[in-house]
Amino acid sequence: MKIVVCVKVVPKIEQVRFNPETKTVDRSKATNEINDADKNALESALQIKQKLGGEVVALSMGPPFFEPFLKLCVAMGADDAVLVSDPVLAAADTYATSYVLAQAIERIGFDLVLCGENTADSGTGQVPPQIAEWLGIPNISYASHIDAVDGKIIAKRTVRNGYEVVEAKLPALVSVELGSNTPRFPDFKRKRWADREFRLKVWTAAELGVEFDKVGRLGSKTDVIELKELSTPERRKELITGSEEEIAARLAEIIKAELT
Amino acid sequence: MQEIWVYVECWEGGIEDVSLEVMGKAIGLAAENGMKCSAVVVGYGLEEYVEKLRRYELYRIYYVVDELLKTYDPSTFSKSLHQLVTAYQPAAILFGATYNGTDVAARLAVRTGAGMIAHVIALNIEKETGMLVGDVPGFGGKIVAACKCRPGALQIATVRHGIFNPPEKDEVPKAEVIHFTPQLQKTDTRTVLVDRKVEPRKEISRADRVVIAGMGTGGDLTPIRKLAEKIGAEVAVTRPLADMGAAPRDMQIGSTGYSLKSRLAIVAGASGATHFVSGIRDVKTVISINTDKDAPIFQFSDYCVEGDLFKIIPKLVEKL
Repeated sequence: MKIVVCVKVVPKIEQVRFNPETKTVDRSKATNEINDADKNALESALQIKQKLGGEVVALSMGPPFFEPFLKLCVAMGADDAVLVSDPVLAAADTYATSYVLAQAIERIGFDLVLCGENTADSGTGQVPPQIAEWLGIPNISYASHIDAVDGKIIAKRTVRNGYEVVEAKLPALVSVELGSNTPRFPDFKRKRWADREFRLKVWTAAELGVEFDKVGRLGSKTDVIELKELSTPERRKELITGSEEEIAARLAEIIKAELT
Repeated sequence: MQEIWVYVECWEGGIEDVSLEVMGKAIGLAAENGMKCSAVVVGYGLEEYVEKLRRYELYRIYYVVDELLKTYDPSTFSKSLHQLVTAYQPAAILFGATYNGTDVAARLAVRTGAGMIAHVIALNIEKETGMLVGDVPGFGGKIVAACKCRPGALQIATVRHGIFNPPEKDEVPKAEVIHFTPQLQKTDTRTVLVDRKVEPRKEISRADRVVIAGMGTGGDLTPIRKLAEKIGAEVAVTRPLADMGAAPRDMQIGSTGYSLKSRLAIVAGASGATHFVSGIRDVKTVISINTDKDAPIFQFSDYCVEGDLFKIIPKLVEKL
């Protein structure tokens, strides 16, 4: 079983600032991390590998600073990592991003593709089904549990007010729900090896052989015309103090007043 | 005259709330911009809902019907929609940003080369160009990007729950129904539904009052439920609690769950992470209880209580 796991490096959203004068997002002071749901996807992949054997490859598209994060995936247990990195790929929307990832997945070879359900920075969850469409394979989205048997994948997926259990023949793509498992910590020895000796593959757009009119800003189908910060409503921030009795009494008054 | 389509999802609970909300908005946008609004229903045996939709201010209802569409499969649904789009050439299709709506819209966007703007919280049509402009929230919901599709292709948008209002119903059914049989083969269905369990429940985004449990409850929702029952409120949770399985995703508040517009929200034991507070932005009055006086949640609250929810809530319930 060969599993490709798509990962993205995202800034910690709490630390992202908006510059109202330039109307740009300032990520420079934010710590970067592997997108949480992608770690759940990697954990799912590693569990399937433990059960069935095979190979797990972590894949990302992004600038060179993503490299240490892909090495972290290897330290967690991925066998290999590929970074598609090229300035020409920058400013891509989900259409252009999913195209490049699909090309890379095809090049790597796969039975199963796993993605996080969405990313913390943009969080639209479109890229996984879009990759599946480029690859012409079935997809199962928002999976909270995945099992692989006999060339099939069986996933429990979240739907409105409940769940479904869905089966698909491999090759297939599954997007994994955030928080659906507990990602393992990197193994110490493996981490040292990943940091010092492991060489990840870095592919340029030309090396990958993409059609240049389908990638980056040029290949995108949407444009951002303006960035805005949503204003936080003014709140009273009134501190209610006293004994627990007094606090409860005051809260009861407030609630009754609000609801009449 | 160009058409705006609304993809209408039907499930055991009837027509999805968000589908009607999107329709409410689309009918308004179409009227203001000299366009027509039509609905699209994909499935099998959904005549009852198609008939219901005829009472809305719609030009047409495209009923894409085939036995192979009886259960949801992103491959067959997107393939069928692609054929419908090719036959009738709408300017735009709007979807509710549901699990299945997002899924099928994304595949359709690649199939048709459409631009796709996702999870929008505002939607307009630019007067000069006639193009859709949608506000897409990012970074946990604190920053929004106004996005537009490139001209010359289909425009797709998915819309978050609880943003727009459903349309008015007419007395008499008017809208024309177009039955569309897609060209599908058995092999087009790529997934098999083995099991499905859902409980029709009211959607939380429209609740008038809500009590929200955070990690400070440790997953024990007993006091939260008692308080909610006492004041006739809905119970909701933060993301970590839903991750833990303490409550279903449909009760989760924040940028990856639902946004509230309630009169009152009581937030118990939640720290106030960015992705959460975007979900209570439009709540009129927020009361929070947290043991940590420096918890960020207090910056987003009208009334702040530093204390133990397990001690304060039972006393509060007695006094209500």
